[in-house]
Amino acid sequence: MNYRQVLIGLALVLVSGFAMAAGKYGNLDQAGSNVFDRASLQRGAALFANYCMGCHSIQFMRYQRLTEDLGLSEDEVLEFLAFGDQELADYMKTSMRYEDGEAWFGKSPPDLSLTARSRSPNWIYTFLRSYYLTDDGWNNTVLENPAMPHVLWDLQGVQRAITETREVGGETRLEIVSLELDRPGMLSPSEYDAVVRDLVAFMEYVAEPARLQRERIGIWVMLFLALFTFLSYLLYQEYWKDVKK
Amino acid sequence: MAKPASTLTKGVDALNNWVNDRAAVGEFYKKHLSEYYAPKNFNLWYFFGSLSLLVLVNQILTGIFLTMHYKPDAELAFASVEFIMRDVEWGWLIRYMHSTGASLFFVVVYLHMFRALMYGSYQKPRELVWILGVTIYLVLMAESFMGYVLPWGQMSYWGAQVIISLFGAVPYVGEALVEWIRGDFFVADATLNRFFALHVVALPLVLVGLVVLHLAALHEVGSNNPDGVEIKARKDESGRPLDGIPFHPYYTVKDIFGAAFFLLIAAFIIFFWPEFGGYFLKPDNFVEANPLVTPDHIPPVWYFTPFYAILQAVPDKLMGVILMGAAVMILYLVPWLDRSPVKSIRYRSWMSKLALGLFVVAFVRLGMLGLSQESSTFELRLWTFVYFAFFILMPIWTSIEKTKPVPERVTS
Repeated sequence: MNYRQVLIGLALVLVSGFAMAAGKYGNLDQAGSNVFDRASLQRGAALFANYCMGCHSIQFMRYQRLTEDLGLSEDEVLEFLAFGDQELADYMKTSMRYEDGEAWFGKSPPDLSLTARSRSPNWIYTFLRSYYLTDDGWNNTVLENPAMPHVLWDLQGVQRAITETREVGGETRLEIVSLELDRPGMLSPSEYDAVVRDLVAFMEYVAEPARLQRERIGIWVMLFLALFTFLSYLLYQEYWKDVKK
Repeated sequence: MAKPASTLTKGVDALNNWVNDRAAVGEFYKKHLSEYYAPKNFNLWYFFGSLSLLVLVNQILTGIFLTMHYKPDAELAFASVEFIMRDVEWGWLIRYMHSTGASLFFVVVYLHMFRALMYGSYQKPRELVWILGVTIYLVLMAESFMGYVLPWGQMSYWGAQVIISLFGAVPYVGEALVEWIRGDFFVADATLNRFFALHVVALPLVLVGLVVLHLAALHEVGSNNPDGVEIKARKDESGRPLDGIPFHPYYTVKDIFGAAFFLLIAAFIIFFWPEFGGYFLKPDNFVEANPLVTPDHIPPVWYFTPFYAILQAVPDKLMGVILMGAAVMILYLVPWLDRSPVKSIRYRSWMSKLALGLFVVAFVRLGMLGLSQESSTFELRLWTFVYFAFFILMPIWTSIEKTKPVPERVTS
């Protein structure tokens, strides 16, 4: 057994370990969102401002940044995305008061600056498509008994849960097998998916605005380092000629 | 005809002499670089020492810049990290270099330690080099643990809660000890503030001091090599080891190449995969610390998980903590547990190879088990047993195995 075999064995064990650790939230749908799609980000920003910011803040994000990253003019940002007398340098905070949130929903709506990083884009995507109406109000298959009602229901329509009695470990339980569109909304299911995708892209961007810059610069850094590695290899070979003879 | 010396060279010579009359810089340069003779047969495994140094420098430099914007205050810490990520020029890059650097530090240090185990680099006369190295590793664990608390996310907070509470297992004084460490009745602002002081000032000073000693001790006895041959045993007329080459320029150019390749990998992670699938930056740590909400699962960062698994293998808390401590401290004994007359694994029998292979599998497997919430107790105990058996049985198999003859000169 030489060290190469040991190394390969190690790598295999590690890879299988990484694969095992994946899938924290079970079956989530693929969001397919793209933070590099500027038009998608713009649509997502408008949706977020209209549907989310009434209750949720993105407290680490400044309006100004949207002018730089989303290619919007200052006036456009202030007119379409900021409500009330907001300044460009302000953080994007909801106008809803903390106490009101607690009184209305049982808990104040959380800040969404980092949700795409703490929950993952796929989670948000699946969550926003998994609301269903029961006799007791809105419920969700991804997050059971959410404090938030389905705010996008006029777009998606109303889903109801299809249940089935199943036997799990000798116990009969009523389980949700699928969600069915009971009353259509303003959008078709595929249009609604696209809208949620835009929203997720925007939230992904908000969670890490530097990503746009990061990956753009990263390519050049990699190319530079590849060249530097190659040149340093040549230098090393040159110096070591007299050692290796 | 000799060229007339230019004013510039005269000036440089004069400055050189002026300095060397007052401090032995030239001596130092010769002793540690241009006339430090290293074996000429270093292989891939010998990159990780210089890479550890590179990462240490990276951590110190990026750490200084993070300190300029970070706020060690339970109310402000989380937001200040996001401020660095968004509003500080290149703040995201500095932060990712620091967070990626922390994990890569352990990658290179683990490989460096494995190299030492493989080639018997801890054996006489290098016991002190090894002891200092293990101490560096211990301090590094404390340093990274405290650094991990600073972003004040949920994992920072609850990780600190779990790790500090381990000290509560100490009989009689446990609770008092835990309170003393936290500076409060729970992990709070006082804890964050003191961890900041320790992470940014105290431990880096200790770490750098230990690294200087580690290198000084190494340069006193000279480097080992993959053959485990003492190159100082055979010298030419002028007293230079026959199989040695000056560290500078030979190993400086080689290490520059190694560093460049390492940076290529590091840059890929920093620019394209900074969370590294949740292993370098955990998703839960993007949620601000909340003492009222306990996460379902609080696994430590990947580089601590083997020891965390050993802790979990034992039902009794105190025994678990003792065993976990023993898992690290037993490393100190390795130079005396190994009774083999041969250093390198190349000239040992299948027993040493099998033992080291099993040890590596045990360590990696324990690391994976420590990450998961539902690890089987049997497997935890099995690999914990293998881990300790490697050390405890080492005197036996190293005494009875039949070693191969070691060549007089290094090979290849």
